Amino acid sequence: MNDKLKFFAGRVVTGMMSRREFFGRAAALGVTATAAQSLVGSAALAAGPQKGGTIKVGIEGGGSSDSLDPALAANSTMTTIIRMWGEPLVELDPKGGLQMRVAESVSSSPDARVWSFKIRPDITFSNGKTVTAEDVLATMERHSGEDTKSGALGIMRGIKSMKADGDVFVVELDQPNADLPYLLTDYHLVIQPDGGKDDATACIGTGPYVLKSAETGVRFVFEKNPGHWDDSQGHAATIELIVINDDTARMAALQSGQVDMVHRVPPRTAGLISRAPNITVRRTAGPGHYVFIMHCDTAPFDNSDVRMALKYAINRQEMVDKILFGYGSVGNDTPINSSYPLYTELEQREYDPDKAQFHMKKSGYDGPILLRTSDNSFPGAPDATALFQQSCGAAGINLEIKREPNDGYWSEVWNAKPFCTSYWGGRPTQDSMFSTAYLSTSDWNDTRFKNEKFDQLLFAARAELDQAKRTQMYADMSTILRDEGGLICPMFNDFVDATSDRVAGWEEAQNGFGLMNFYAPVKMWVAA
Amino acid sequence: MGPALKLVVQRVALGLLLLLLVSALIFAGTNMLPGDVAQSILGQSATPEALANLRRDLGLNEPALTRYFNWLAGALQGDLGTALTNGQDIAQAISHRMKNTLFLAFWAAVIAVPLAIFLGLVAVRFRDRWPDKLISAATLASISVPEFLLGYLIMYFIAVKLRWFPSVAMINDSMSLGEKLSAIAMPVMVLTLVVLAHMMRMTRAAILNVMQSPYIETADLKGLNRFQVIFRHAFPNSIAPIVNVVMLNLAYLVVGVVVIEVVFTYPGMGQYLVDHVSKRDVPVVQACGLIFAAVYIGLNMLADIVSILTNPRLRHPK
Repeated sequence: MNDKLKFFAGRVVTGMMSRREFFGRAAALGVTATAAQSLVGSAALAAGPQKGGTIKVGIEGGGSSDSLDPALAANSTMTTIIRMWGEPLVELDPKGGLQMRVAESVSSSPDARVWSFKIRPDITFSNGKTVTAEDVLATMERHSGEDTKSGALGIMRGIKSMKADGDVFVVELDQPNADLPYLLTDYHLVIQPDGGKDDATACIGTGPYVLKSAETGVRFVFEKNPGHWDDSQGHAATIELIVINDDTARMAALQSGQVDMVHRVPPRTAGLISRAPNITVRRTAGPGHYVFIMHCDTAPFDNSDVRMALKYAINRQEMVDKILFGYGSVGNDTPINSSYPLYTELEQREYDPDKAQFHMKKSGYDGPILLRTSDNSFPGAPDATALFQQSCGAAGINLEIKREPNDGYWSEVWNAKPFCTSYWGGRPTQDSMFSTAYLSTSDWNDTRFKNEKFDQLLFAARAELDQAKRTQMYADMSTILRDEGGLICPMFNDFVDATSDRVAGWEEAQNGFGLMNFYAPVKMWVAA
Repeated sequence: MGPALKLVVQRVALGLLLLLLVSALIFAGTNMLPGDVAQSILGQSATPEALANLRRDLGLNEPALTRYFNWLAGALQGDLGTALTNGQDIAQAISHRMKNTLFLAFWAAVIAVPLAIFLGLVAVRFRDRWPDKLISAATLASISVPEFLLGYLIMYFIAVKLRWFPSVAMINDSMSLGEKLSAIAMPVMVLTLVVLAHMMRMTRAAILNVMQSPYIETADLKGLNRFQVIFRHAFPNSIAPIVNVVMLNLAYLVVGVVVIEVVFTYPGMGQYLVDHVSKRDVPVVQACGLIFAAVYIGLNMLADIVSILTNPRLRHPK
């Protein structure tokens, strides 16, 4: 009956059947009028995607040194490639929730310690093999364990044991975690046959496309996987990814029609690009943010008044206007913004040179403060430090800037020196963001923030299944961080992408990365 | 042994010695780079465990001298090792990229060298008159503009506005020669503009130098036309300096086109090197360094040999 209805709805949309006739036939099949109406609506959307054609993507980040092993993927190009051929158990929904992919359903024990993922029956890898819970188990095993080089190791660490039980994959955690499914949306964790243990770089998975040719750092060609289970993805017959790292060259490729979509449009030129008649600039608010980080355990930043003085001495709006060219929003000295699921708005901290001066005086410290920066710590970082220096000057704070080389910045300066510029890409949930960078024992606690109450709240919230209580806990934690932490977060940067009129189907993603969380190539289609 | 042959042998030996020294420098230099390979590969999102595992696997704990001699012995046998970052065979990856770089350099040279020499001859023929001044001004202007800017300008006008040629110079094996040439048209244009001035000016200067000689006056007095005098009598005697500067520019077309390759997204050696430098992939950086040095030293050696052989005093000793 369902197929018949779908067929009728399609005829209505294409004008081959009148609405009245459709409702009549639907009623004959025992469907109510409202349900029938909504069917026409979804058929209209479904009629949208055109099948076939080639989508060309100009993408940044790839290099000839990249590996095709999803465990080692660490840039936008490799992430997009993983999205083509592979699928994780669950994925972030564009509206902020969860979407089932290889898993058909998820359930947990009442204390959120044991999680079961029922594997979708009868879906196959692109090599024809049926996906089993053993494959899922093997995949997760390859990303965990002390020997792995996987970028997802941090996520896998909290797992006590895993097993495959028939068509169910079961995870038992050390501690309760209500967010586990969100963590498993990590892009490294795509399911591979036998977990990729025999050939991790084969690019065989359950995704909508199959890799046809690969020249790492240059060009990748994908063709539609005819056996893909999900109709709503994989519209184009061929997808070509072209690695264009140079900003100007990437924009020129879009303007000259050589590619249909690009990501990382430089905010500086986004306004100019959007003036072209056949190009649309797309901005997506995301969790990514640019930061100035102080070590809370190193003088003079161990003095909370020094930290507070610097927080009052930064002009957040000016940073958004001049560094992000408006493509972003002001931060509030916490890593959390409205892109997170359980967000509560806190009172906004404003630039206030008088208060900055007051706190500086109260701290008793009057020497210069050294801030380190580099070009690659975030786009425009040296300019942002110059603005910070000026706004500090107005508060009588002597900020000295040291420009560090890009080479070795992440190993020698970030997470090593007491005050520097950096960025965070954000995480899918508060819990993962806080545990990655603000938990006392975290490896990447790059502000050396050690707060007992904060840690307790973090663990309590993780086990809390009551969303209202959890929301309050996260608001409390953000407040602690904002007032006591070593993080100065002046701005959240938007993802800025651009597409040409040759492709359609753009859908705003609430979280994840730019380019529709890197799903734009598989979810968009070639417009007629 | 004739003095010419002796000089040539000496020159070759010197070239090889130089290459050996350069290899030592490259090895020492790459070992002094700041930062750590494992950290660079894993980026900001590296956990200490992942770092330790990667470092151990990469064999970063062996002494430097042992690594140098192993590397040199391997390189002499054509084995450049495997890339740290993705485990691919370097010699294989480089040969593919080298082919692309040589393809681009070849077509740039095919256009630039004859054009430069011809313009040089024209400049001499119309010395101090408007064609000379125009050629000099135009070529000097094009060499003075940074090459990436030249690239962007040409890209904007020819690819974005006029849409004559693609802005992304992407070539692959499935393309026909015509398609490949159309793809590389813009980088070839830019490279031609960049190397033209140097060769043209040198041709002009070298020929003018010879033009002062008495035998040119004789040729003039014989009643030959001006262009014939320049081409038949002056040019052959100024080949040595011209070949020198041509070789320098050919070497540049192979080893110095990093910026152009990045701007036009051309899959050549330069981009390959840049990608791996930023990831601290030391074996690849060393291999590229060695190949670039060999190309440079080799072409310069060739230029010297040509100038030895074209010198009549050395070919016909008394």
